[in-house]
Amino acid sequence: MLEWRRRREPSKAMLYLSPLIAIGLTMLTGMLVFGAIGYDGLRAVTAIFVTPLIEPQRWADLGVKAAPLIMIALGLAIGFRANVWNIGAEGQYVMGAIAGTGVALLTHDMTGWWILPAMALAGVVGGAAYAALPALLKVRLQVSEILTSLMLTYVAVQFLYYLVRGPWKDPDGFNFPQTKMFSASQTLPAVAEGSLVHFGVPLAVLLALVAWFVMAKTVAGYAVRVVGRAPAAARHGGFDANRVTWAALLAGGGLAGLAGIFEAAGPFGQLTPQFPVGYGFTAIIVAFLGRLSPPGIVFGALVLAVTYVGGEIAQSTVRLPSAATGMFQALLLFFLLATDVLVRYRLAWKARPARSAP
Amino acid sequence: MTAAILVSIFMTLAAAATPILLASLGELVTEKAGVLNLGVEGMMLCGAVAGFAVAYSTGSVALGLIAATLAGVAAAMIFALLTLGLGSNQVATGLALTIFGIGASSLIGAGFVGRTITRLGPLFPADYAAHPWLRLVFGHDVVVYLSLALVLAVSLFLRRTKAGLILRAVGENADSAHAIGYRVLAIRTAATAFGGALAGLGGAYFSLALTPMWADRLTAGRGWIALALVVFAAWKPGRLLIGAYLFGAVATFELQAKAAGLSFIAPEVLAMTPYLATIVVLTMMSLGRRTGGRDAPACLGKPFPAP
Amino acid sequence: MSTIITRRTLLAGAAASAALPLAGARAQAPFGVGFVYVGPVGDHGWTWTHDQGRKAVEAAYGNKVKTSFIENVAEGPDAARAIRQLAQAGDQLIFTTSFGFMNPTIQVAKQFPKIKFEHATGYQRAENVATYNARFYEGRAVIGTIAGHMSKSGQAGYIASFPIPEVVMGINAFHLAAKKVNPNFKTKVIWASTWYDPAKEADAAKALIDQGCDVITQHTDSAAALQAAEQRGVFAFGQASDMKAFAPKAHLSAIVDDWSGYYVKRVKEAMDGTWKSGDVWGGIKDGMVKLAPYNDAVTPAARAAADEVQKGIVAGTLHPFTGELKDQKGTLRLKAGETASDEILSKMDWYVDGVQA
Repeated sequence: MLEWRRRREPSKAMLYLSPLIAIGLTMLTGMLVFGAIGYDGLRAVTAIFVTPLIEPQRWADLGVKAAPLIMIALGLAIGFRANVWNIGAEGQYVMGAIAGTGVALLTHDMTGWWILPAMALAGVVGGAAYAALPALLKVRLQVSEILTSLMLTYVAVQFLYYLVRGPWKDPDGFNFPQTKMFSASQTLPAVAEGSLVHFGVPLAVLLALVAWFVMAKTVAGYAVRVVGRAPAAARHGGFDANRVTWAALLAGGGLAGLAGIFEAAGPFGQLTPQFPVGYGFTAIIVAFLGRLSPPGIVFGALVLAVTYVGGEIAQSTVRLPSAATGMFQALLLFFLLATDVLVRYRLAWKARPARSAP
Repeated sequence: MTAAILVSIFMTLAAAATPILLASLGELVTEKAGVLNLGVEGMMLCGAVAGFAVAYSTGSVALGLIAATLAGVAAAMIFALLTLGLGSNQVATGLALTIFGIGASSLIGAGFVGRTITRLGPLFPADYAAHPWLRLVFGHDVVVYLSLALVLAVSLFLRRTKAGLILRAVGENADSAHAIGYRVLAIRTAATAFGGALAGLGGAYFSLALTPMWADRLTAGRGWIALALVVFAAWKPGRLLIGAYLFGAVATFELQAKAAGLSFIAPEVLAMTPYLATIVVLTMMSLGRRTGGRDAPACLGKPFPAP
Repeated sequence: MSTIITRRTLLAGAAASAALPLAGARAQAPFGVGFVYVGPVGDHGWTWTHDQGRKAVEAAYGNKVKTSFIENVAEGPDAARAIRQLAQAGDQLIFTTSFGFMNPTIQVAKQFPKIKFEHATGYQRAENVATYNARFYEGRAVIGTIAGHMSKSGQAGYIASFPIPEVVMGINAFHLAAKKVNPNFKTKVIWASTWYDPAKEADAAKALIDQGCDVITQHTDSAAALQAAEQRGVFAFGQASDMKAFAPKAHLSAIVDDWSGYYVKRVKEAMDGTWKSGDVWGGIKDGMVKLAPYNDAVTPAARAAADEVQKGIVAGTLHPFTGELKDQKGTLRLKAGETASDEILSKMDWYVDGVQA
C-alpha cells in the first residue's frame, strides 16, 4: 500500500515542479474530456496552451491581460503569506478605478503631464482606502477579513453601476451607461508607437521585482513571513501582527487600485458597467499558481493570460465553447491545489504499522 | 389591495426566499463544522443543470430534484477531496469550484437551451387552497415545505443532539475534538456534503420551479447572497429563515413598488444592501462578543491538521 | 480553410492532415467571415439570433466561406482582442454584434484597413466599418396593437432593462400602438436593471400581473416572463425569437430578429468587392424584423389590425411615431403629421403619455 509521508522539510523541487505537473495534468485531462464529448481534444489543448505562446502576434495580448493580474496578485500574496485573506481585491480594483476616474473627470478639460500620475495616485489611495475597512474591522474587532472584503466587492461593483448609470454618465452618450472617454493626457501611453502594450505592462514586471526584493531581503518582508508562519514566535520577536495586517491589506488594496486605474486609463479608456471582469478573483488563482512568490506570480499570470487568449483561439478554430475556457481554468486550479500536497508530503510504500495518515 | 394580491405577493416572496434559504442552510452546517466553502454559486449551478437535464429527460421533476441534490454533493466532494483530503486552501478551492460550476453547467446545459418542462406544482390538491388565505398554508410546492422543515431539523440537530454538538466542536476547536477521538475530517466531509446537497437543491429550484428552463448562469449570483446570509444570520438557522424571507420580501416589494409606479430607492443601493447589512451584522456581533455574545466558528476556514 | 489558419495549425504542430497553403490555391481559399458575440450562442436570445444568421451564411455559400465566432466576449479590451484575433486569423469580414463593441471595432479597424467590419447597433463608422441595426420598434408597434385588442384590463406590463434609446423607443412604440386601439391604455414599466436574470424577470412579471396587467412584454433576454405569464394565465410576447415552446397559451406572438438576409447579402458584396461602408437600419420591410405566428387565442379583430399595421409599415404609409406627439411633460415632440426622423429615434429619452416608467 502507498501512503502519504510528511516531509521533514517542504520540498524545494516540488515547490517549482508541482505547478508544471498541474499544467500537464490539466492538458491531459482536458484533452481526454473534450475528446470524449466530441471535440478534437489535441487541437483544443494545443490551441489553448501552445498557440498563444508561439504566435508573436499574441504576445502583446498576453502582456496586456497579465499586467493587472500580476499587480493584484503581488499585493494579495503579501497578505496570504501573513495569513491575511484579502479576497476582495476585485472591489479594491474597482474602487481604485473609480477614484482615478474621479480625477480624470475633474481634469477632463486640462492637459499636462501631471494628470496621469495624479490619477494613478488616486487609484492607489482609493484601493488602499477600500481595503482599510476590512483591516480596521480585523484589527479592532477581529472581524474576519475574508467575509468583509468579499462582501465589500459587491458593494463596490454596485457603486460603479450607480455612478456610470447616474452622475457620471456621459452627457453625449445617448443615455448609455458609461463615462466620457478619457482625454489624451489621461490615457496610459503605449511602450512604443502603435503597440498595444501599455506602460502598465513593464511596470507590473518592475513591481514584481520590487516585491521580490522587499519580501526576500528586507526586515518588513521577514516580518510578514514570520507573522504568517508562526504568530506566537512573531510576537516574541517583537513583530506586531496588527501592523502586518494593516500593511498587507493596504498593500493589497493599493496595488489592486493601481491595476484598476491602469486598466481604466489604458485598455478601457473610460468606465463602463462591464469594467469588472473578475481580475481580482483570478488574481487569487494567480497568487497560488505562483506559490506566493513574485517571480512565480509573473509566471502564473502568464499562464492564466494564455488560457484566456488561447480559449478564444480554440473557439474560432476548434469551435470549443467559451465555457471550456472556464473549465480549463478550474481544472488547472484543482490540479494545482491537489499537487500542492507533494510539497509537504511524499508518497511512500507502507512498511510497518505507521502513524496515521493525514 | 385585495387579499388575493397580498397572498400572491407572499407566494412570490416565499418562492424567491426558498432557494437562498436552502443554499445558505447547507452552507451554515458546512461552516459550523469549520469549513468555508465559497463555491456555493458553482454547486447551485451544478444542481440547476443536473436537475433540469434529468427532469427533461425522464419527465419527472421529483427525479430532477434528487439528481440536483446528488450533483450538489458531487461538486462538494471535489471541494472536500482537495481541502480536507489534500489540505488545500479553502478560499482558493471554493473560488475554483465556482468557476468549475459555471463552466461545467454551461457545457452540460448546452443541449437543453430553449426547452422547457412542466414546473414543480403545489404539493396539495387545488381544493385545499381554494380560499386565498388557505393558499398561504397549502399553496406551496414541496421544496418550500422541505426548506422550512430543514430549518427546524438543522436547528434541533445543532442544539439538541450529540451529533450536532460534535459537529460544532469540530468547528470550534478541531484539535481538541481530534484529541477526544472524533474523526474531524470525516465529520467535515459529511458537513460539506450536506452543504452541497442543499446548494444543489436550491439551484434546481430555479430550473425546476421558478423558471423551468436552462440558460447559462441561471442562478445569477444568488450563491453569493446565500454566503452573505449565513454571516448575516450569525450562523443561527432561525435567523437564517428570517434573513432569507427578508431578502425575498425586499426583492418582491421593490418590484411591486415599481409596478405601482413608485420608485423610492436606486436599484444599485438596494442591490448592495444584503452585503452592507452583513458587514454591519458582523461588526455588531463582534462588539457583542465582548459582552459574552458568540460569533463565527473559531476554526472557520482553517485547515486540519495545521500545515 | 484560410491560409493563415493553416499556418497557425502548422505552427501548432497538429496539421499533419491540413492542406498545405499553395500559392495557386489562394484564389480558391474560402472567404473568412468572423463573428464576435457578447453572450453565449446558447442564450436563445440576442446572440442566438446572430448565430442563426451566421449559419445562414454557411448554408448560402457552402465551401466558399469559412465562418468562425467567439462567444461570451466582454465589452471592452477583451472585445478588441477577440476582434483582432479574428482579423489576424484571416477573416475578411467581421461582424461585431453588441453596442459595447463599438470602440474596440473602430480601434481594430484602424489597424486593419483592408478588412471590412460591421458593427451592430452603434453609431460610429469608418471607411471599413459599417453599422447596422434593426427597427425593432416596428415589431413593438405590431405587438402593441395586439396587446391593445387582447387586454381586458387595458394595462400592459413592460419589463425593461436600462433606459437607453433602443429600449425607450420600444416602450413608446408599443404604447402608442396599444393606445390607438384603446385610448385609455396604460403601460407599466419595471426597470429590471439587468439584461439577464431569469428569476428576477419572472418576479417582475408577477408583480405587474398582481398590479392588474394582463399582457406582459419584455426587453430583457430570457423567456422567464413568458413562463410567469403562462402560469398566471395572462398573455405575453416573445423577445428576439419565437418563444412559444415556453408558454404555449400565453405566447401571442414574438418579435423575431432575423439577421440572415443582411448577413448573406453583405458577405456576397464583400466577396464580389462591392462592399461599401454605410448605415443600414432595416425593419419589417427588409425582413430583419419578423413577427412569430399569432397564437390561436388572438382574435380576428386583433389579427386584422396587426396585419394592417404590418402592411402599413411595409408600404411606408404608417410610421409608428407620427405626430401630433407630446411627451409626458407636455413638450411637443412631433408636429401633426410629422414622422420621427432616425435622429430623433436614436436619441429618444422621453416617454409618451400613459407610460408609467
